[in-house]
Amino acid sequence: MGAKEVEAAFVKLLDEKGVNAVVGKRCDVIKTGCRGLCANDVLVDIITPDQGRVTYDFVKPEEVEKIIDEHIVNKTIIEKRKAKPYYNQFVDAQMRVVMTGCGQIDPDSIEAYMEEDGFKAIEKCIKSMKPEDVIEEVKKSGLRGRGGGGFPTGMKWSFCKASPGDHKYLICNADEGDPGAFMDRSLLEGDPFCIIEGMMIAAYAIGCDFGYVYVRAEYPLAVQRLQHAIDICYEQGYLGKNIKGWNFDFDMRIKMGAGAFVCGEETALMASIEGHRGMSRPRPPFPAVRGLWGKPTNINNVETFGNVRHIINKGGDWYASLGTDTTKGTKIFAVTGKVKHTGLVEVPAGMKIREVIYDVCGGIANNRKFKAVQAGGPSGGCIPSDILDTPVDYDSLIKAGAMMGSGGLVVMDETTCMVDVSRFFLNFTRMESCGKCVPCRIGLKVMLDILERITEGRGEMSDIETLQDLGVAIKKASLCGLGQTAPNPILSTINYFREEYEAHIADKRCPSNCCKELLLWQVVEDKCVKCGACKKACPVDAIVWEKGQLAWLDKEKCTKCKSCYDACRFMAIE
Amino acid sequence: MSESVELKTEEQEPEIDISIADAVIDKYINISGNLMPVLQGIQDEYGYIPRVVADHIAERLNVYPSQIYGVLTFYAQFHLKPRGRFIIRVCVGTACHVQGAPRIVETFFDKLGIGHAETTPDLRYTFEKVACLGACGMAPLAMVNDSTYGSMTVQKVDDIVADYNQRPLK
Repeated sequence: MGAKEVEAAFVKLLDEKGVNAVVGKRCDVIKTGCRGLCANDVLVDIITPDQGRVTYDFVKPEEVEKIIDEHIVNKTIIEKRKAKPYYNQFVDAQMRVVMTGCGQIDPDSIEAYMEEDGFKAIEKCIKSMKPEDVIEEVKKSGLRGRGGGGFPTGMKWSFCKASPGDHKYLICNADEGDPGAFMDRSLLEGDPFCIIEGMMIAAYAIGCDFGYVYVRAEYPLAVQRLQHAIDICYEQGYLGKNIKGWNFDFDMRIKMGAGAFVCGEETALMASIEGHRGMSRPRPPFPAVRGLWGKPTNINNVETFGNVRHIINKGGDWYASLGTDTTKGTKIFAVTGKVKHTGLVEVPAGMKIREVIYDVCGGIANNRKFKAVQAGGPSGGCIPSDILDTPVDYDSLIKAGAMMGSGGLVVMDETTCMVDVSRFFLNFTRMESCGKCVPCRIGLKVMLDILERITEGRGEMSDIETLQDLGVAIKKASLCGLGQTAPNPILSTINYFREEYEAHIADKRCPSNCCKELLLWQVVEDKCVKCGACKKACPVDAIVWEKGQLAWLDKEKCTKCKSCYDACRFMAIE
Repeated sequence: MSESVELKTEEQEPEIDISIADAVIDKYINISGNLMPVLQGIQDEYGYIPRVVADHIAERLNVYPSQIYGVLTFYAQFHLKPRGRFIIRVCVGTACHVQGAPRIVETFFDKLGIGHAETTPDLRYTFEKVACLGACGMAPLAMVNDSTYGSMTVQKVDDIVADYNQRPLK
């Protein structure tokens, strides 16, 4: 949001003042900076020989002149505008491996990438390693698929390598459809060359000569930057026939998705590339045996490819020294929702969820109480406060009833209703179901109807059992990952927050005051501190308030939009 | 192309220049799996996929029209009807949902008098709910064409609609 304007202002003014400096592209136009700290863009780093690196946040184009005059020309740091200590805390508590380049280098420049040891890893592979050695190194690193399933990457590569066939395909899955996760987008926008190199290494190891990157069409900037990077690679001979005289061929193309969540599932993704409806098919045969156009195909996630070059450069043993016994390395999480500092966070696997939320991201916003964190998107589950010390690795999260998924962590506070969240996810998965198999297509619809009834105060006690029975059946009987995991959010919330379901059904009340049909629309006089925040928030003037007086809600005028409810920091509206 | 002329009168579609579609098809004709890029390229040109063009693609690529319509109706990003000048997208992903996206959606419905995936009769607005635009840090989020509006409130909806009501349609 406005980063382009800020950059333009810097370029223009620096030019006018004759200052020698290079303006790097650090943030993108839609404000989610590759830095990870999305909520505080536009971030600007000024690096001078005297002061080192100083970061300013919330920079607006009109402030640029002042920053240049005082900081660069007069060499005084504008203390007032500097990012507050939380910024350093946010950065220092993390461990950046995959995201080292993101936010530090210009994603449009191959020279910037070369300075960061770009294409050294692929060179090392081709010149001094046999394909088998590369796979062995990746196996040794313990890297597991970052798309969510967590299948060991080295193993996957060796299966595809072992499949007979003269023509093999490599696919990078960038169909990041999970609402609440955006690390793939940031990687593609922030360090596209790193992904290309990761794919080249995989192609060399497996013996693929053609790669596709399947990107969501909702990510136009990612597509544009990646395409730009691919074009440069072709120009400079890093892609194409006989790359750099190494006797290695690899071609790459971007394939744009068209808005279907299920296309993140590998068989549906391949159907989509072939130009069909993105419907999944039963496995086996697995893609490693019969994949794209019937040829052996290897599919990995963007983040997985992002790890590869670091493993080759620093060695599988180094990578395996990070993380826990079962989950090696680091993992990027997108922490969003009701947390103070939302953004992308890369931490070593095995860090406790509590540390991620409180130490890195600053805890819960607006002085409210933590309720749960939703991990794994529509396929995952909720983790309540009493097991917040669960480490973030594949197996612990599954044990807690959630899953790693692609790494979205949506933090929920006491104003979030767990029944409503379940309904939200189910509504999403039902709409995105491809409709091929019955349990998913019809079962999810039936579950959604029940949940809607409950949130409207028309639920029955037996509904909870029915939801559980249906959920288990759908999980067992569905064809692909979408249906097999879609009931998870419901099952996990029933498990941890059964009392909320019961309150909706028995008392016809929503304990979090979230479900509209069950709200009373009145001000709780004991809790109201007469601040008037609700009046300012109300778009239809339905709140009557004078300075020093209790607020009063006019039900005639109220449109039940809940703006006042969110504005009130004292939970005084129910 | 006589059959497409018949369809045109039947469907009451505006005059459509098929040669634009042909140019896109020519670009991809020799690539395997070209149906999606062709449809995407053609939609970029017309703003939607007109019926005559869909049938024309079927003929040029030698696939059944049913397959084309199967693909068109499967993916959310293909449109069979003309779209508005301003496309309003409101993110209803998880982060936006917990931060209050539903009331933003409802307010837009109220203001514009259209529902999800509908277009106003004057072709000024098309409204869409979308799942995650990937900018969860600024939830709840709305987009009008390429402009992003973060931390949306009901009041901001009024401002946005007032602003775009004044902009020219062409």
